[in-house]
Amino acid sequence: MSAGEKVITNPVKANAGWKELPIGGIIPQGGTARGFFTGGWRSLTPVWDAEKCISCLQCWIFCPDMAIQVEGGKMVGIDLDYCKGCGICAAACPPRTAAIKMVNEGA
Amino acid sequence: MAVKQKTVAESHAITGNEAVAYAMRQINPDVVAAYPITPATEIVQIFSNYHADGLVDTEMVLVESEHSAMSATIGASAAGSRAMTATSSQGLLLMHEMLYVASGTRTPIVMPVVNRAVSAPLNIHCDHSDTMGSRDSGWIQLYGENAQEGYDNLIQSIRIAEHPDVMLPVMTMTDGFITSHGMENVFLLEDEEVQAFIGGFKAAYPLLDTDNPVTFGPVDFTDYYFEHRRQVFEAMVNAKQVILDVAKEYERLTGRSYGFFETYRLDDAEMAIVVLSSAAGTTRFVVDQLRKQGMKVGMLKLRVFRPFPATELVEALKHVGAIAIMDRADSLSGEGGPVGAELRAAFYNEEKRPKAVNYIYGLGGRDVTIHHIESVYKDLANILETGVVGPTVRHLGVRE
Amino acid sequence: MSVQTLAAQEAQVGLSGEAGELIEIRWHGRGGQGAKTAALLMGEAAAGAGRYIQAFPEYGPERMGAPVVAYNRISMKPISLHCSIENPRYVAVLDTTLAGQIDFTAGIPDGGVLIVNTGWTPAEARANLGVSNPTIRVFTVNAGVIAQETIGRPIPNTPMLGALNRVAGLIDLDSLLTSVRHKLELKFRGRPEIVDGNVEAVRRAYQEVQGE
Repeated sequence: MSAGEKVITNPVKANAGWKELPIGGIIPQGGTARGFFTGGWRSLTPVWDAEKCISCLQCWIFCPDMAIQVEGGKMVGIDLDYCKGCGICAAACPPRTAAIKMVNEGA
Repeated sequence: MAVKQKTVAESHAITGNEAVAYAMRQINPDVVAAYPITPATEIVQIFSNYHADGLVDTEMVLVESEHSAMSATIGASAAGSRAMTATSSQGLLLMHEMLYVASGTRTPIVMPVVNRAVSAPLNIHCDHSDTMGSRDSGWIQLYGENAQEGYDNLIQSIRIAEHPDVMLPVMTMTDGFITSHGMENVFLLEDEEVQAFIGGFKAAYPLLDTDNPVTFGPVDFTDYYFEHRRQVFEAMVNAKQVILDVAKEYERLTGRSYGFFETYRLDDAEMAIVVLSSAAGTTRFVVDQLRKQGMKVGMLKLRVFRPFPATELVEALKHVGAIAIMDRADSLSGEGGPVGAELRAAFYNEEKRPKAVNYIYGLGGRDVTIHHIESVYKDLANILETGVVGPTVRHLGVRE
Repeated sequence: MSVQTLAAQEAQVGLSGEAGELIEIRWHGRGGQGAKTAALLMGEAAAGAGRYIQAFPEYGPERMGAPVVAYNRISMKPISLHCSIENPRYVAVLDTTLAGQIDFTAGIPDGGVLIVNTGWTPAEARANLGVSNPTIRVFTVNAGVIAQETIGRPIPNTPMLGALNRVAGLIDLDSLLTSVRHKLELKFRGRPEIVDGNVEAVRRAYQEVQGE
């Protein structure tokens, strides 16, 4: 996802009062998660080894956000803007492949 | 333009559940998701016959519980369809969690509820404990005295719920067995009249409009939740005018008039009973009897409990010397029932207000007889005569 | 008093509802005998004849053979009462074997009417059922036998409906038969023999009911 695609023009004005907000908590726009960067929550960072990776895409299936980047059916990297460091990708990676390791942030 | 009143021979002898199911057929909702429960079972059973006979275009979703029924109905409504369900008692209680989702998500669902006591002990008969327990869930509540009102309220509710100033779900009540299974004369509209009255439904943000994607049910923390709840408050306040406007239009169609409440011989009354649903009919009879004996008695039958028409109730009752507020449900606060608490609160800032007592009556279907109602008016007469209110919460028709 | 005289007399004083009096009816039967259906048929027929009506059963545990009570209110004016009926002017008994458990005459006002499905004469019914109030008038009709002969099953509800309407002079026979036929045709679609049998049962009981 390019940096431009991550910019969301939220139709809901920040800190809008009750008279301005769409009713029912509805956000009249789809895909707003693109503008919400969970990466700021991260304390462990996944490190991906392209050499070991077999592109089985288990990490892509299990990632609870959209951090696993895939192009043409191949795993191509991790978008840390959407990675909160949960480690599910590393756990889902087949043990004999072990292409993702979680390391301490800043280590 | 005055409506030509139909003669009684043009009425249909049907039960409350038949009347409600008939109205549902005429409404022809896009989706009905339901799970049966006594005494509301017949509503969906009869409606499913209409469905099987091809008389409605409805998608019927048969679910495994009332929680699922309400969930599916909310989903269907969010998708942009006109969605309905029906329930009673424990079924409504199982829906409780989802009732708040329906109102908070502003899905204009309309649901007939047949009032029935709640467990324990197990009981299938009428009282209002079920819907009174939902009074804070953000649903509009209309209580009907008989099968006719059950029918009329349901049709009007579609317009009330879907009004852009409201967009809140509505539940319309009939009394279990007394109304639901009792046959009465009901005046029915033609299908085309109902369709013309309710019009089509166009959701502002239909979830299935994939060209215009929307997000439903996002997390809403300290930053926005309060604003969204403030909107629900506003919608409930707005509902008052909409309820009156819709009633006026319905009266032009049918000749039958509705408001927040009906007053009966109240203008010069010194004593009044405030009551809702079927017991109001018996009370009306007793008012006539006691008036013949010279007692200045009247009645106020509450139709709209949510929103609560506090100002209008005060205006209608402030000249009365003593009122008895009847609750077919106990809030178990030790201080009486919900109507009693709210009506007395409405009078709090008034200089001139009636003496008031609150009666818990008819729990679990206990019959409310002419003698019971007479005894309440006699209690009120005694209060006026002595000036002593006495116990403010009383139980009518219970064995000591 | 002959049935004809009674009906004529009641029509005069307005008991058939012409003067706006509220007529209340109680039906006693057992689960499966159709007491509830009788009340619904009565309600529908009276509504068709331009009356305000109510028909409602008393709900308890529902099972074959259990005592069942059902009610009607009929009036020329709108009915707003929604309590149960304590003082019915007319009581129809579909099954006399309930006598040990139920007081059929409970609440019947002076001058009220008891109509019994039995082979007894009205005098025998009065004695056998212990009707102590002499002002209560007793009528009998062999509704079970009529039903057996017309419908092929001893379901006494429709003949009792005929007998009650004769005695109470509520609605005329033709209107009653038309209404019963209409209602049963909806209930028994494609089974005309059941509909015809019931209509004939109503007609026979209307003719065969006896007064004291």
